Amino acid sequence: MTDTTKLTSSTVQNPVLHTHDVTVDYSGKRALNETSLSFESGTVTALIGPSGCGKSTFLRCINLMNREIPGCVVGGKIVYHDINVNTKGIDTLWLRKRVGMVFQQPNPFRKSIYENVAFALKSHGMTKKEELDERVEKSLRAAALWDEVKDKLRDSAYALSGGQQQRLCIARTLALQPDVVLMDEPCSALDPIATFAIEETISSIARNGICVVIVTHNMEQATRVSNKTAFFYLGHMVEFGDTAQIFGAPKDQRLNDYLNGRFG
Amino acid sequence: MTAIGEKTVSNKSESTAEVVGVSPKRGIERRGQIITGLCVTLVVVLVVTLIFMVCSRGLATFTKDGIPLGSFFGGTTWNPHQNGADGVPLVGALPMIVGSFSVTLLSCLIALPFALGASIFVVEIAPGFGSKIFRPLTEVLVGIPSVVFGLVGLGIIVPWMRGLVGGTGYGILSASIVLAFMILPTITSLSTDALAAVPNSYRDGSYGLGCTRWQTIVGVVLPSALPGILTAIIMGMSRAFGEALAVQMVIGNAAQMPQGLFTPASTLTSVLTMGMGNEAMGTLPNDVLWALAMVLLIMSLVFILIVHLIGRKGAAKND
Ligand SMILES: Nc1ncnc2c1ncn2[C@@H]1O[C@H](COP(=O)(O)OP(=O)(O)OP(=O)(O)O)[C@@H](O)[C@H]1O
Ligand SMILES: [Mg+2]
Repeated sequence: MTDTTKLTSSTVQNPVLHTHDVTVDYSGKRALNETSLSFESGTVTALIGPSGCGKSTFLRCINLMNREIPGCVVGGKIVYHDINVNTKGIDTLWLRKRVGMVFQQPNPFRKSIYENVAFALKSHGMTKKEELDERVEKSLRAAALWDEVKDKLRDSAYALSGGQQQRLCIARTLALQPDVVLMDEPCSALDPIATFAIEETISSIARNGICVVIVTHNMEQATRVSNKTAFFYLGHMVEFGDTAQIFGAPKDQRLNDYLNGRFG
Repeated sequence: MTAIGEKTVSNKSESTAEVVGVSPKRGIERRGQIITGLCVTLVVVLVVTLIFMVCSRGLATFTKDGIPLGSFFGGTTWNPHQNGADGVPLVGALPMIVGSFSVTLLSCLIALPFALGASIFVVEIAPGFGSKIFRPLTEVLVGIPSVVFGLVGLGIIVPWMRGLVGGTGYGILSASIVLAFMILPTITSLSTDALAAVPNSYRDGSYGLGCTRWQTIVGVVLPSALPGILTAIIMGMSRAFGEALAVQMVIGNAAQMPQGLFTPASTLTSVLTMGMGNEAMGTLPNDVLWALAMVLLIMSLVFILIVHLIGRKGAAKND
């Protein structure tokens, strides 16, 4: 299965998103140096590297979440469907609807399962009950959660297990029908079985043509789910390539050391 | 670092000493336990005696003096020195009960929008201003003695009311406004804490879905903080319900069924502070005051109970 997706991704080149010399400073301190990467539909890109190297920082640039952090300055171009979104006038709300994000800790709202998914839909103006019902079901199915929760949609989201909560967060992101989904260590708070379920979900949403960018500390996970991998080190994007090449034949010495567990 | 190391070492030696039974610290530990235990007992005894005393005196109205419950809680005329047509003393407490509840609810209604608005502003919109200036300020306000609020009410609000609607200016609305000022800092500071306790990850989740700041506050932050905000309201209510001095200064102290918001009325507390010194112990007029105190006490306990119930429900939801 993964082999076929890899094949299509390397033959069909259609970047939804690319960054051009993106830099990030937190209160004048450089956290990320010029980073240029491109992401295609239907592929999963893994961002790896030791702690504090700027993976989350880079990920949060893409949907402009860094704008919520006081003192954070993002430079360079972030081009989404031929539009540079790293400009003053851009509508961040529109962008975040199109470029969804899933966080490290499952963070469902203090609402029912149904309302967790419907909340953003309502915020963006969907009011008809049938439409909402349909979209909620579709998103929960896409996140492989429907069968587990279809009889208790009105229960609190906090009654779900950690893994289910995380899939609920994925579902509420998918509900807005984004074409890019950003995930920051989505499995780090989960056990292996829940992790496996999330990985399945990731592969299936990628098969549906969504571009997934995932930060992970788990090398096996990167090899299992991703087509491309970018290695970050001390605020630099060091090496980018097909996942098989990054793990099988790393070119950079630092990447080689990292993979062999010599640091980080 | 070293201090922690030393402590563990000394702990270790202590426990070894205990095993062989020659711990020199044992005596101190025993004495500490006894002293703190005594303090706890004192507090418990105090609370129990207080409740017992108020209740036994209060119940005397119904047992010793034989006032029917109905004419106490349902009667609308308060004049303990006189008997009514049916021979039962005129001890209808309903005017004061209604008065107490009206000023409590009304003052909360007045204070709540301002309190919520202020806490949303300092937590969600200007956190720097909130932590540096606003929070210390509200803490100072919480500590202002109620007589000061009463004076302000007497000097400003009563004349203002008089000018606005005529009459004496004393009444339920004046009292409610004074109480609203008084409980505003309490509700504000508690609901600020409640909003600040909402994890940032909730806000991120909402922003990450492209929701606006306003949608995030109304749809995510406020519902999550609801138990804390309810607690803040109840604490404000219980403070307003129990306040005597400030209310007594501006409500007009007419023990009659409230006719409206602008006519003199009275509350449980104001009747108590006005009357307690003037009645001889053991007489009926004194006993009924104790009965009023019992009603006050029971209501305070109910408020506390509600706070605990909310707390428990909130905790259960957090799991
Ligand atoms: N809000 C912030 N304010 C200031 N500095 C920050 C902030 N967030 C991150 N940094 C700094 O930016 C650098 C990169 O952090 P980032 O969170 O992107 O690392 P990461 O690669 O995601 O690490 P991890 O694997 O531990 O999550 C770090 O040096 C960090 O201290
Ligand atoms: Mg990170």
